[in-house]
Amino acid sequence: MPPIPGSGLAKGLAVTLRTMTKRSHTAQYPDAQPELPPRTRGVIGLFEENCTVCMLCARECPDWCIYIDSHKETIPAATPGGRERSRNVLDRFAIDFSLCMYCGICIEVCPFDALFWSPEFEYAETDIHDLTHERDKLREWMWTVPAPPALDPAAEEPKEIAAARKAVEKAEAAAAAAAAAAAAEQAQPTPAEPTPAEPTPGEPTPAEPTPGRATAGQSPQGQATPGRPTPGQAAPGTSGTPSSSESPGTPDTPAGGTA
Amino acid sequence: MNDVLDVALRLLVVFAVFLVLPLVVGQTEHKVMAHMQGRLGPMYAGGFHGWAQLVADGVKFAQKEDVVPANADRRIFQLAPAVALLPYLLVLIAIPIGPSESAVGQVIDAGLFFVLAVMGVGVLGSLMAGWASANKFSLLGGLRTAAQLLAYELPMLLAAASVAMAAGTVSLPGILEAFEWWWLPWQVVGALVFFTAGLAELQRPPFDMPVADSEIIFGAYTEYTGLRFALFLLAEYAGIVVLCALTTVLFLGGWHGPFGADGLGWVWTLLKTAVLAFVVIWLRVSYPRLREDQLQKLAWTVLIPLALAQIALTGIVKVAIQ
Repeated sequence: MPPIPGSGLAKGLAVTLRTMTKRSHTAQYPDAQPELPPRTRGVIGLFEENCTVCMLCARECPDWCIYIDSHKETIPAATPGGRERSRNVLDRFAIDFSLCMYCGICIEVCPFDALFWSPEFEYAETDIHDLTHERDKLREWMWTVPAPPALDPAAEEPKEIAAARKAVEKAEAAAAAAAAAAAAEQAQPTPAEPTPAEPTPGEPTPAEPTPGRATAGQSPQGQATPGRPTPGQAAPGTSGTPSSSESPGTPDTPAGGTA
Repeated sequence: MNDVLDVALRLLVVFAVFLVLPLVVGQTEHKVMAHMQGRLGPMYAGGFHGWAQLVADGVKFAQKEDVVPANADRRIFQLAPAVALLPYLLVLIAIPIGPSESAVGQVIDAGLFFVLAVMGVGVLGSLMAGWASANKFSLLGGLRTAAQLLAYELPMLLAAASVAMAAGTVSLPGILEAFEWWWLPWQVVGALVFFTAGLAELQRPPFDMPVADSEIIFGAYTEYTGLRFALFLLAEYAGIVVLCALTTVLFLGGWHGPFGADGLGWVWTLLKTAVLAFVVIWLRVSYPRLREDQLQKLAWTVLIPLALAQIALTGIVKVAIQ
C-alpha cells in the first residue's frame, strides 16, 4: 500500500511533539552534580602511607608524568647487636595532569596499593603549570575515592579475606580444642601438674602467618613508617577515614581496591 | 482634545503590544524549540527558567558597535531595518482583537487591502538590505527574497480574496461580523494556503532559503550588527504575530468562540494567535529547509492552484446559499 501523501510530514510533526512532552536530556551540571558510573576515572589519588618509592609507577607511565623524589634513612638496630635497616622516605610525589592520559597503568602496576582512581573531576586550572599536583593535593583526593564496588552475588571470596578467615577459624579451633582438653583435665580429680599456658578462646591469635598483605594490622612495609597508619588498615573503601588506622582492620574489609 | 487623547492611547497600546508580543513569541520559540530537541533552552537570565533571555539579548545587541561596510550604500543600508519593521507595526493597528469599537486600533474600511499591501512593504526592507550591503551573499539573499515575494504574494492574496468573497466585505471587523462556524471547513484550504504563503513571506523555516545560514551566511542581513540586526530579528517575530493574528481574523473566526461571547472575545483572538504561533515554531523545528527550486515549485504548482480552487468553491457555495 502506498503511503498516504503527507504522512511523512505528519510523522515529522509527531516526532517533535512527542519529544517536547518528554524530559529533556540536559544535565544542569554546575547546579546538579552528574551521576558518575562506578570506577569513574576522574583523578588519581595517592595514598602516600602505602608508597615505598619503588618507582614502578613512574617507570611504567607512558607519558612520564609522575615525578618522585626520595632519600634513604637508616633505622638503628632494634635489638642490641642487630642489623641496621634502611628505608626509603618519600620527598616528592607529583603527577602532571596536563600530560596524564588517564590510562591507569600506574594504578594497575602499584604493588602496594598506593594509587587509586577518584571520581573527582573538577580540578581545572587557568594555568597549565598548575595542573602538576603535589603529594598533599594527591593525598587529599584519597578522601574522595569510593568504596570498591560490591562483588557479584556468586563471586568467589577475595583471597585476602579467605586467608584471614582461614587463619581465624584455625585459631578458634585450636582454642576450642585446648579448652576442651582443659575441661577434660579438670574433670579428672588428679591435680598432678598444672596445665600449660593455653590461649584463651576470645583472644585473637596471630599464630598463623597469613599470606598476603591484606591481613589487617600486618603490612609488608610496616617497618617503613612506624608512626603512620599502615596500608592494609585504612582501606580507602571506608570513605578513607584515617582514624580507622588506629584500630585493627576488620577482616571483611578488603585491603585497597584490588579485591 | 479627547480625540487626541483617544488616538494617543490607542497608538500607545498598539505600540506596547508590538513590543511585547514578538518577545513573547521569541521566548516561546527558545523554549519550545529546546524541548522539542530534548534540551532545556535558556535557564539563567532573569532567574526563573531564563524568562529574561531576550531582554539580555537586546542589551547585548544595544552594546554592540554599529558597523556600516565601507562600500555600502550608507543611507539605504541604515534605513533598511526600519523599512522591514515598521509595516508590521502599521498592520497591527488595523487588526481587531475584539468585537467592540475599542478593540481595534483603527477601523479601516478596506482593511484587508491595507493589511496585505503594507505587509508586502516589509519584504522591501530585506531587498534594500541585500542590495545596499555591497556583499555577494547579501545580494543573493536579497534576490531570493524577491523571488520568494513574487511567488508567494499571489496565493496569499488569492486566499484572502476568497474570504473577502465569502463575507462580502474587505473590512476586517466586517469579515468577523459575517463569520459563521461552518466557514472553518469551507475555507480550510484557503487557510492552509494563506498560512503557508505567509510563512514563506516571513522567510521562516522551512521557507528560509533567503537567509540560509549554511549557504549564504545570513542572506541580506549578513553585514548587519548590533541594534539594526536586532531590528531585523524583531521584524521577523513581529511578522509571526501579525501573520498569526491575520490568519485568526480571516479564517479562524477571530473573537468568536464556543462560549464567552461577550467581553472575552479578545481572549479567543489571543488564544488562537498563540496556537498559530506555536505551529509556526513547531514547523520550524520539524522540517528541513526547502531548496530554492522546491520553494518555487510549491508556490506555483501547489499553492496557487489550491487558492484558485478555493475561490471557485467559495463562489459556488456563495451563489448556492443565496
